Amino acid sequence: METCTKVTKDWLNTQEYREKNFAREKLVINPAKACQPLGALLCALGIEGSLPFVHGSQGCAAYFRSTLSRHYREPVAAVSDSMTEDSAVFGGQSNLIEGLKNANTLYSPQVISIFTSCMAEVIGDDINAYLGNAKDQEAIPKDLPVALANTPSFKGSHITGYDSMLKGLIDCLAAPRQEDKLNERLYVVPGFDTYTANLREYKRLLKVMDTPYTLLPDQSEVLDAPNLGTYELYPGGTPITEMKDALNAASFLFTQTYSTPTTRKYLASKGVPVEVISMPIGIAGTDKFIESVAKITGKDVPEEITLERGRSIDAMTDAHQYIHGKKFALFGDPDVLIGVVSFLLEMGGEPVHIVCSNSTPLFKKAMESLLGSSPYGQGATLYAGKDLWHLRSLLVTDPVDMLIGDSHGKWAARDADIPLVRIGFPITDRVNLHRYPIVGYSGVINMITMIVNTFLEEKDRTSSDTYFEMMR
Amino acid sequence: MRQIAIYGKGGIGKSTTTQNTVVALAEMGRKVTIVGCDPKADSTRLILHSKAQTTVMDLARERGTVEDLELEDVLVEGYLGVRCSESGGPEPGVGCAGRGVITAINFLEENGAYTTDTDYVFYDVLGDVVCGGFAMPIRENKAKEIYIVTSGEMMAMYAANNISKGILKYAQTGTVRLGGLICNSRQTDKENELIEALAKALNTQMIHFMPRDNEVQRAEVRKMTVIEYNPTHKQADEYRALAKKIERNTMMTIPTPLSMDALEDLMMEFGIMEM
Repeated sequence: METCTKVTKDWLNTQEYREKNFAREKLVINPAKACQPLGALLCALGIEGSLPFVHGSQGCAAYFRSTLSRHYREPVAAVSDSMTEDSAVFGGQSNLIEGLKNANTLYSPQVISIFTSCMAEVIGDDINAYLGNAKDQEAIPKDLPVALANTPSFKGSHITGYDSMLKGLIDCLAAPRQEDKLNERLYVVPGFDTYTANLREYKRLLKVMDTPYTLLPDQSEVLDAPNLGTYELYPGGTPITEMKDALNAASFLFTQTYSTPTTRKYLASKGVPVEVISMPIGIAGTDKFIESVAKITGKDVPEEITLERGRSIDAMTDAHQYIHGKKFALFGDPDVLIGVVSFLLEMGGEPVHIVCSNSTPLFKKAMESLLGSSPYGQGATLYAGKDLWHLRSLLVTDPVDMLIGDSHGKWAARDADIPLVRIGFPITDRVNLHRYPIVGYSGVINMITMIVNTFLEEKDRTSSDTYFEMMR
Repeated sequence: MRQIAIYGKGGIGKSTTTQNTVVALAEMGRKVTIVGCDPKADSTRLILHSKAQTTVMDLARERGTVEDLELEDVLVEGYLGVRCSESGGPEPGVGCAGRGVITAINFLEENGAYTTDTDYVFYDVLGDVVCGGFAMPIRENKAKEIYIVTSGEMMAMYAANNISKGILKYAQTGTVRLGGLICNSRQTDKENELIEALAKALNTQMIHFMPRDNEVQRAEVRKMTVIEYNPTHKQADEYRALAKKIERNTMMTIPTPLSMDALEDLMMEFGIMEM
């Protein structure tokens, strides 16, 4: 029995198995993505006084909440209208109406953000009509804003759901654009970003650049709330007043591409100027962010930013020899992958395997163009739509020095006997990583710290006495 | 216990045929249960002499959950001891009627509706097999025997062919078989020959040709089967004949559905379609 297991295990590590694995068509094993409503929930949490409301089954709501709770180690408030077998047959209207009534009575939200789970989508519940009926029946006040998002989990991924909810929230809360009443604010949309420190970093940079801004949505206070001994149900988020005025923005700047297309299209149709950049990870990525902000505001880049950039360049120079020539495998969301790969190329690191389960044709093109732009990107292959079991085959047949991705990658990394540096979502087996930014110039320093120290730790732990050195 | 599902185009006379045949079986001393799988819940009206029966899903809606139902609330005895249950379901345009059928059948099974003395369970299923829910009666080795009610009208034959496709899918993975076509006559030209030919092409039989007779309508208006309303009428004997044929039927086949072209050729051969 023991031998049989070993034979099987060894065979899993062969090229022959890799080919069979990649010929797999009908089965997905551990895709690196979550479902639409999870993204919608994250988005809904980032608006002041917003109560996330799952129109669907309770178990789904528990899954989104617990996944976010495990990542942030914070309570995640959300309600569900708890559809059961009979609601599947009759439709969920009575659940939605009763749920809205209860939610409003118990939790006095400023806005209720409704999104759906699969059950409601499969039977075709018309949530817009149900909401109208709820207000007609005076289950909730007519003037209570309720945002809607259809988020079927059987298409797209968490980033699609984030996008739908964001569009729903703006559509519900924002007043029509009036060209004579523009507010001169820059609205920055971070996209599906699970680093509260990234959000704080954007706000800090915008403040340093003396830019009137609104971060939309903003979960930094909600999912990284101070412990003051009392529980706040609504500890922060983008102010409702700024949501109402969103369409009068001077401009919108999106710092993620693939988690925001629907919202961008919506804003453009309302006549709002829209800029989109890659997630500002690495020097070039951050430069682009700073330049875009400066271009929109017409203000000069302050000295403070120049010094900050210089410090990051210095940190890169100090540590380049530990990353240069090292081989990496990565998996995660499209926006994060573009950013981290771009950073690795800047450091002379060599991405080899890039697995993206929620890839799109546009992302594929962008990634291939990015890889083609650097000599260090020539050995890389993007595996679009593949899963973590494919990744495992890649790691054991074509070894690399390090895996970069979320906590789900730890089994593949263990089988391949390489370290995993945790960047992405969810990170459920390390603490505080979401409290350190990966965007901005300071993000560059943080990523160098994580990656290089992991290599050095590995070296110390495994080196013989002869090569156990004080200096590395 | 034989479990039998009756399918066919909407309005073709499935419920009428099923109830009359079931009553004929009951006359022969058989213990029969009818499960109506249609949100309209009109599959048992002629046996219970009213439509007001509480359906499984109605009661689930009233009590909040299907777990709070008792079997006797939804399984009622009618004429000649025929036991009747209706799945019920949502209003048109909302929710999921197919899921209602699944819920109802699961409830009946889990709560022991099919007692060991039952000889037959008849599932009277809504129109076409529009989704997985309406295939519930033939899934997981429930009904192993299917009869399709059709007529010589073109759309009824289209539907019969489509239903055969559904049966084929489940026949390949399970034990469900097609027992035959029941021709519920609409007095179209060469109807008997046409349905015989269709049956042959589908690798089955026309188990009975049910002539059209207004006595059926007269009985229906009084919420009765013909056998109860006018037991000596010749139409009552037709249903008795069908019941006997079903009881003795051993021709259980895997259907061979036709392509659209082949079906249209067949119809043209019998003069239904013009070039």
